[in-house]
Amino acid sequence: MEDILPIIEKRLREAFPNDVVSAEMMRDFPVFTVKKDKIIDVVKFLYDDPEMQFRFLTDICGVHFPDNQGHELGVIYHLHNMRKNWRIRLRIFFSVNEPSVPTLTTVFSSANWMERETYDFFGIIFKGHPNLKRILNVDDMVGFPMRKEFPLEDPNREDKDDSMFGR
Amino acid sequence: MATDNKGTTIQSNPPINVEKVEEKEYSILNLGPTHPATHGVFQNILKMDGEVIVDSEPTIGYIHRAFEKLNERRPYNQITPITDRLNYCSSPINNMGWHMTVEKLIQAEIPKRVEYMRIIIMELARITDHLVCNSVIAVDSGALTGFIYVFEEREYIYEIYEEICGARLTTNIGRIGGFERDFPQAAWDKINKFMERFPKVLKEFEKLLVRNRIFMDRTIGAGAISADRALNYGFTGPNLRATGVDYDVRVMNPYSGYQDFDFKIPVGTNGDTYDRFMVREEEIWESYSIIKQALEKLEKLPKGPFHADVPDFYLPPKEEVYNNMEALIYHFKIVMGETEIPRGEIYHAVEGGNGELGFYLISDGGRTPYRLHYRRPCFIYYQAYPEMIRGNLLSDAIVTLSSMNVIAGELDA
Amino acid sequence: MEAVKSKIEVVGAPAGVEGPGFFATSLDNVVGMARKNSLWPLPFATSCCGIEFMATMAAHYDLARYGSERLSFSPRQADLLMVMGTIAKKMAPILRQVYIQMAEPRWVLSMGACASSGGIFDTYSVLQGIDRVIPVDVYVPGCPPRPEQVLDGIMRIQDLVQKESIRRRKGPEYKAMMASYGIE
Repeated sequence: MEDILPIIEKRLREAFPNDVVSAEMMRDFPVFTVKKDKIIDVVKFLYDDPEMQFRFLTDICGVHFPDNQGHELGVIYHLHNMRKNWRIRLRIFFSVNEPSVPTLTTVFSSANWMERETYDFFGIIFKGHPNLKRILNVDDMVGFPMRKEFPLEDPNREDKDDSMFGR
Repeated sequence: MATDNKGTTIQSNPPINVEKVEEKEYSILNLGPTHPATHGVFQNILKMDGEVIVDSEPTIGYIHRAFEKLNERRPYNQITPITDRLNYCSSPINNMGWHMTVEKLIQAEIPKRVEYMRIIIMELARITDHLVCNSVIAVDSGALTGFIYVFEEREYIYEIYEEICGARLTTNIGRIGGFERDFPQAAWDKINKFMERFPKVLKEFEKLLVRNRIFMDRTIGAGAISADRALNYGFTGPNLRATGVDYDVRVMNPYSGYQDFDFKIPVGTNGDTYDRFMVREEEIWESYSIIKQALEKLEKLPKGPFHADVPDFYLPPKEEVYNNMEALIYHFKIVMGETEIPRGEIYHAVEGGNGELGFYLISDGGRTPYRLHYRRPCFIYYQAYPEMIRGNLLSDAIVTLSSMNVIAGELDA
Repeated sequence: MEAVKSKIEVVGAPAGVEGPGFFATSLDNVVGMARKNSLWPLPFATSCCGIEFMATMAAHYDLARYGSERLSFSPRQADLLMVMGTIAKKMAPILRQVYIQMAEPRWVLSMGACASSGGIFDTYSVLQGIDRVIPVDVYVPGCPPRPEQVLDGIMRIQDLVQKESIRRRKGPEYKAMMASYGIE
């Protein structure tokens, strides 16, 4: 496997000189952290550029690091160039007080439900999304379940016997 | 015209255009969560102009079980039963995918014998998944006989699983590093017996449907999608291969020894229901050939261990635990979840029954994952369903839905 | 020559008075026998247990032997509601609606650990047992239960059906139980 991190990093830094926060190799994946507002331009660039050609969106997911002040929430994009078999990961991080990110549905149709799922779990608002409402949980749910402070179990159950389960 | 990943142009039929006539009253039909044709619970509200579908709005989440939140509470070897319940028709593939993800994290070296045994199990699981999907396409178009024949074969495969891990459907098969015990002789006998009787039964099933005039009339042209729309929608697996793109994770990013095997990737042309059915049929034959090659390769390999040397994750044998201090300590640490787990972020993908099943794991060194996200193929390609059925009749929509093989467990996670 | 012992066991007739051309027994017995051998199930399959149910219905463990040849997907025509798989809180109102649409007499079989008690999913989105929304007659444990266990569950339902009095559903205890679920 050729070393693709320097190739992609060079092109990205040429096109977006101020927006690539970091570029590193995590095991076998080149991972780029970019600034939140430029994410659509970066993805479009990677889509259109004849050398990059990342034409397949593998996955979008969210992540919550409550300890990173100012960068608590993050969105992770996995892209795939099928012709050359290159896979990369793009990450953006932002504060929990301004959780709005531009939507990727203009570039990839598969981002539609993946962004709805990320909104449902983390409360990240995708600006410009055609139909941003909850997808997996009940529509009138309060709270965002995958954030670390949300409890796993239903707190309204009355039939669990704590003396038996040692909670 | 569309281009596949090698740059050659392929034919693609666009979906039928529906003329939107203004001032027409459309009727609303609820293809509700409980419906005999929807295998699993998801709802579609269809807007229809007579019998033709104009638009549809899907609603999912009726079986949301919060897997991703649950994973943050469970140590690494307790997550395997959760992965079982993703695509429960082929649960060994999910189990193996998770084990390979953790082995990538801890950088374990897996012996060849284990890799080939894993391939046998995964291909058997792929056969069961495709058998369910194909027989259910037939059931939805009214042909119930194939279902009965095919489920008998699944019983034989279930017996093989029972010999190896004790369970039929949600198998929790294998451990991090390999298998919990070597395959007993009864399992090898059952695999050989299955390999002898399977081709005849599958040929009989094919004779019922493949050149059947009624089946072909029902399914050709129903729910067609072109290759570039499919790629934009994130399709993978048999649904993408039916449109003409030969993307298979086993070939593009080989894992567990698939690079040593010789198999073809069947592709279709139109991306309609008949192509999806035929691609799955051919994949069953390819899986059969892979299992045959694996059995031959295993005979040539010397007798070896059935697990890798990862004492931090793999339970030592009980005789050593009761007699040896070191094994006792390892056993305690593994069961209580006190092992040291490296930090890191891993994305690993396997070719599941429906496409690229990805595991995105963020480990912060604790006994449970910090974040485990599943890239579920069903969730991603079901978004395209409204576009696929626009302009089709209602009965085509039903057959399209069952040919996409939407498993509710994988859709909602 | 010895008579060959037949392997077929014939079920005895219920207690009654017999004579040439007639057989008199209580109405409960006859109705129970007719009902128990012709239960039409409604397979409410949501997840993995649904696949085990499909295996139970297939040729190896044939469910049709018990009179359930015709599966009814419409609640109006079904006797037995088989809830198979996890019921999420989003799905619970729909389950209730399907149960209310069934006509009396109706029985409920809860198959699998998830339907009986929430199973391994002790989370915010899963209903911890369907008996929180509808009354259940037989619980079949397992994850998923083997087809033999499901058939055993059907046989327990058949016992309940046989022994049930035909006045039970009009009586005050039954009405009180239904009121406790909020179903009229």
